[in-house]
Amino acid sequence: MPHFTKPAEGSWTEHYGIDTGPVSYEDSISPGHYELERDAIFRRTWLNVGRVEQLPRNGSYFTRELDAARTSVIVVRDTAGEVRSFHNICRHRGNKLVWNDYPREEVSGTCRQFTCKYHGWRYGLDGELTFVQQESEFFDFDRADHGLVPVRCEVWEGFVFVNLDNDETTPLRDYLGGLAEGIAGYPFHRMTQVHKYRAEVGANWKLFIDAFAEFYHAPVLHAKQSVSEESRKLQGVGYEALAYGIDGPHSMVSSWGGMSPPKDLRMVKPIEQKLRSGLFGPWDAPDIGIDELPPGINPARHPSWGIDSFVFFPNFMLLIWKPNWYLTYHYWPTSYNTHIFEGTLYFVPPNNAYERLQQELAVVTFKEYALQDGNTLEATQTMLESRAMTEFPLNDQEVLLRHLHATARRYVGEHQQRHPVTTPVRIPAAS
Amino acid sequence: MPALLPAEFADLEPYAAWALPTEGARYAKRLASTMDELQAFYDAAFPRLEAATAHLEQFGMDALGEDGKRLLWLFAALVTVSFPVEVWRQPRVPDSGAATIDAVVEPAV
Repeated sequence: MPHFTKPAEGSWTEHYGIDTGPVSYEDSISPGHYELERDAIFRRTWLNVGRVEQLPRNGSYFTRELDAARTSVIVVRDTAGEVRSFHNICRHRGNKLVWNDYPREEVSGTCRQFTCKYHGWRYGLDGELTFVQQESEFFDFDRADHGLVPVRCEVWEGFVFVNLDNDETTPLRDYLGGLAEGIAGYPFHRMTQVHKYRAEVGANWKLFIDAFAEFYHAPVLHAKQSVSEESRKLQGVGYEALAYGIDGPHSMVSSWGGMSPPKDLRMVKPIEQKLRSGLFGPWDAPDIGIDELPPGINPARHPSWGIDSFVFFPNFMLLIWKPNWYLTYHYWPTSYNTHIFEGTLYFVPPNNAYERLQQELAVVTFKEYALQDGNTLEATQTMLESRAMTEFPLNDQEVLLRHLHATARRYVGEHQQRHPVTTPVRIPAAS
Repeated sequence: MPALLPAEFADLEPYAAWALPTEGARYAKRLASTMDELQAFYDAAFPRLEAATAHLEQFGMDALGEDGKRLLWLFAALVTVSFPVEVWRQPRVPDSGAATIDAVVEPAV
């Protein structure tokens, strides 16, 4: 007997018309599939590369290494205040334009122009080529033809996205669809106190999204994080979501959250009792200036609501917590079985040093959980790669996993239809 | 030796080495400590947590003096060691093996 109402079809999976059969994770263990995903997904979809707060003034910039999409991009606020993006390549000899010390490391800063380290070519913040060393030595040369290569760049609710596909014309808002529309108006801009974590994870990017897109694991894997009586109780009850949502390639899960604060103080650790904070964030929620949450947050309007987790395809997760803070996850593939994970926590700036300490407890708790999750995934990847078993069951609380893998396979399939495998390109001999 | 912490917290001076300014440094000290060392720090600092929060609540982040900053860092370290002492019974997160996750951005105190 479910604790929370399921759709009339009897399950969320069937409600969303998703197959209920066993699933294969071949898409997560095949180097060939990953190579296809790079072009089919990472070079064709809107990728979240940061927040507008990272570009506080005109001339502020940062770079992002998009290994999966085979490029590096510059994101900059130009002299007119507009956020733009360019491929991070000098038009002269192809040197990486913006970097310090280590070419593969991301950098940020503020500048009036971009100057190539190699031959001193300079570009305005709008990408225009403004200076060429010994320009008269070049042949039939027009600076106007040699500006930086633009990348499509749009902003939604302060989140900066780029899209490397110049043929795909869907605007960002249309791509993000109804789930994003339902969140619009949430005061993300007030939550500017940022703690960001980064980890190299030995697992396919989708497998780590899987780990955060279901909470079926939480009462078991994280059992020891709760004091034992509470932990036993949680394992006995198991996990059920309040609601699931699926719209196009994107999805969300809405969860209960009885820990901010807990019904009974004995349910949480001594430090949490004293600091009134924990995994779900500081219990005393700060004012964020809205009377009611946007309709897409806690869509069931359930009184026990605690957290909504949105999966924006392909690799951006947004978690909005009841005590008025949010968390983002990004998964940046570096090979078929490795990726860089980024977890970033955003709080309203603390009013005093005690509130800062409460936030520290939430941050450190996130880290403890992420360490458990990350290591478990490496164990999953290695055994999936053994192919000792190739099909696996998924329950109704894991519906988002089915949807994610099916979506990734669909993108690859559609890409293959557009670009059928042809004979290898022959390089013409020099004339 | 000059006092590092506010006078009210003179009893915690022997643990002032835990007043480290970054989460990464506090976590590294946790991993480099024995359970006995973590327990000793916890047993000294935890009973003082209420007094510390009352003290810290009086200061905005821009108004913390050097001793106040160290007090905040010291109790941030108590947060860091609370997991091994209250839950794990070992300095490392169980089953975390060689996994690491590092702070790359954190608000300066």
